[in-house]
Amino acid sequence: MDIDYSVELPVVEGRPALADIERVIARPMEEKPSKKFFIALGITTTMLLFGAVCLGLTFFYGIGMWGNNQPVGWGFDIVNFVFWVGIGHAGTLISAVLFLLRQKWRTGIARFAEAMTIFAVMCAGIFPLIHTGRPWLAGYLFPYPNQNGLWVNFTSPLLWDVFAVSTYFTVSLVFWYIGLIPDLATMRDRTNNPIKKTIYSIFSLGWRHSHRHWQHYEKAYMLLAGFATPLVLSVHTIVSFDFAVSVIPGWHTTIFPPYFVAGAIFSGFAMVVTVLVFVRTIFNLEHIITLDHLEKMNKVILATGMLVGYAYGMEFFIAWYSGQDIERFVFINRAFGPYAWAYWIMVSCNVLVPQFFWIRKVRRSVPLMMIIVILVNVGMWFERFVIVVSSLHRDFLPSSWGYYKPTIIDFGILIGSFGLFFTLVLLFTKSLPVVSISEVKAVVEGAQPSHHGD
Amino acid sequence: MNTELKLHSLTALFNTPDEIIHAAEKISSEGFTKYDVHTPYPVHGMDKAMKLKSSKLGYITLIFGLSGAAFALLLMYWTMSVDYPMIIGGKPFFSLPAFIPVTFELTVLLATLSTIIGMLTFFFKFPDNNNPLIDSDYMKAVSSDKYGICIYANDPKFEKDKILALFESLHPAKTSEVYFPEKTRYPSLEPKFLVMLLVVAILTSGVTYITLNKLLYIVPFDWMLKQARVNAQSKSDYFPDQFGMRKPVEGSIARGFMPYEYKDQLQQPEKPLTNPLLPTKKVLELGKSKFLTFCSPCHGNYAEGDSRLNGQFPNPPTLHSNKVREWKDGNIYHVITNGQNIMPSYASQISREERWAIIKYIRVLQRAKNASDSDIILSKKESALNGTK
Ligand code: HEC
Repeated sequence: MDIDYSVELPVVEGRPALADIERVIARPMEEKPSKKFFIALGITTTMLLFGAVCLGLTFFYGIGMWGNNQPVGWGFDIVNFVFWVGIGHAGTLISAVLFLLRQKWRTGIARFAEAMTIFAVMCAGIFPLIHTGRPWLAGYLFPYPNQNGLWVNFTSPLLWDVFAVSTYFTVSLVFWYIGLIPDLATMRDRTNNPIKKTIYSIFSLGWRHSHRHWQHYEKAYMLLAGFATPLVLSVHTIVSFDFAVSVIPGWHTTIFPPYFVAGAIFSGFAMVVTVLVFVRTIFNLEHIITLDHLEKMNKVILATGMLVGYAYGMEFFIAWYSGQDIERFVFINRAFGPYAWAYWIMVSCNVLVPQFFWIRKVRRSVPLMMIIVILVNVGMWFERFVIVVSSLHRDFLPSSWGYYKPTIIDFGILIGSFGLFFTLVLLFTKSLPVVSISEVKAVVEGAQPSHHGD
Repeated sequence: MNTELKLHSLTALFNTPDEIIHAAEKISSEGFTKYDVHTPYPVHGMDKAMKLKSSKLGYITLIFGLSGAAFALLLMYWTMSVDYPMIIGGKPFFSLPAFIPVTFELTVLLATLSTIIGMLTFFFKFPDNNNPLIDSDYMKAVSSDKYGICIYANDPKFEKDKILALFESLHPAKTSEVYFPEKTRYPSLEPKFLVMLLVVAILTSGVTYITLNKLLYIVPFDWMLKQARVNAQSKSDYFPDQFGMRKPVEGSIARGFMPYEYKDQLQQPEKPLTNPLLPTKKVLELGKSKFLTFCSPCHGNYAEGDSRLNGQFPNPPTLHSNKVREWKDGNIYHVITNGQNIMPSYASQISREERWAIIKYIRVLQRAKNASDSDIILSKKESALNGTK
């Protein structure tokens, strides 16, 4: 196949008029939701409700309702936390890192990915809170002057996590909102409904598309992207410190930070592809979120999948190379012990399945990529399961070895978190522009002056 | 258009980015300063055409980012090495590597928030929904797919006819005039708005009140106030005698216990033990505090047998009697350890060392009560040395 790399491929297919772009993107918000939308919402809210009931039981009876106990003190709670935080990495990566790398194709998917980041981090945030058993005392996690004269322990990775995740959430939210302001102003100018107009006016703050504002706005966007890039890398690094800074064999490894970050991008992109495939067909956005975009995402999935595979291999190599009996035991136990099934699900979903993306046809076929990315999501959930559970269940004291079995409540809360995520995604598609109107307008062919840069 | 309204600005719309760049160049070279270009997305090359200086936003980011880092480091230094120093994992009080993650996060948090808040409020003067341009046809066009330029009426070179002629020479798609509206669109004193504020205030204060005064006292939110445990001095149905507080089990021995050879002997011993302590300041202070806790309720603050138990209980005797003054320290020790008649044993509450310290303190009280002239001279000298009367 011949590609002329000196010419940039058009980001948006065809040459749609600016007004058309706007109309297509704004349509979901201007039309009454269809029956299908309500059916979908019904399913997700049912899942959410199920999770809420399980959470209520947990609050009332305590976390003894869950399966974790000695020696597996961390179970689904932390598995789900790391899983969701990982998903939450794609959004900022797409909007910040690809922005700095001048990847214009990000415009079509950035808004959606950022929204998914925020929702995923919300889901993630639930788990560390509830795993403390008394989530209403979460204020204790922050250093504030109190009657007891106590401070938090700033040298603990768990505290770093509090700062990392809350900063990440705040910055992602602000980044997302800043991107929304011009679009909200456009929506304000489109609508005639007084209630909608008031709401859009309040949130667009009086944006006027003024170039004197655009100038600072672009600068701010760049600064934010510059900060969000190291931030996104730091978050999963710090999440990995929760494990790596401990002395549990199977956790205490230096490869964890890069390994976790690669895994996060991997799972995050997989989730973004999963959702985008639906969004682009349901809302007729095929020429804005094009197959080219999906193919590029699939390439990133392939690359990060192999990074993750490398990390799996390297962990085993180091376990052998270290000459440490316990370290060796943990890894052999991981692959061939009681949790071997989980380990091999993880390896096949994360390392083998993405290899199909070497084939261009697979990368560009929507049904095939759907299967692969869903398997990747499954595999990445199992990766966290393997790391957390298989390292703990046979600890230093053989008399306390055990087999961790999650309870129905554990599953309920996991299902509930998916319910929350997809409910928020659904509501988002109906209430805010799922693609950045102003950014897409700016990358349509002919949108920039011809003598630009003279 | 109502001509009585005040003119806000003159506007012109164009169809292509090339035209708007050209128009902006023209207007800025004509010397106008109070004008603006409105485009649905940032058009590249416009900064140059409008002769704008580059954005100063980065300074806000820099200043607040550095303050974030400094604040984080100072906070961690102060809490972990000054206010509540604690050795954790054998690390120094100020262990910089462990402080890096939080420092980084706070730097990013403060830098981004200040950049955005600074931009919106300080640079843009938002929120500004009362701007006359908003909701004009001009704004609706530039919001969608037109490129507009507008010159404000407060420009020093503003002359309506000249500007309209200038616009015509640029071949715009449309020109228009924007007027100040008769009344502001979102007046802050509108009754509806005030009622809304009131409702919000009542709701928040109500929810806060209920949370702090009711919810926090309901299980399971009540900080484990109610628990299945025995509180001090309380009754317990678990034991047949219903005493919640228990004596140590018969024969149990405390850490550092040394047997007392005259235990349970009613008479004073023939050869009393000798006091191993010297009357140092530290010992006397310990003795004083223990005496005040354990002995003064019966024997009085100065051991004169004048506590408020007088008359309600077989009078606890004074410890300034000749008998006690002539006793060896070991005799008093015997009384504290074994008790005497109605006075109970304090062996389980007061450690051996504390007992000896109490005795030293009793000796001080005794000497002060029966001071000789030489004692008085000595103490006056000392007071003079210390500068007290
Ligand atoms: C519950 C009240 C009570 C407390 C508390 C108490 N005593 Fe006594 N103490 C008495 C009574 C009553 C006597 C007189 C006993 C008797 O009748 O022989 C006494 C007697 C004595 C005697 C012997 C005096 C004599 O003339 O025979 C000494 C010495 C003494 N107490 C020291 C102490 C010391 C030291 C403490 C503090 C550790 C202490 N007591 C705490 C009630 C108390």
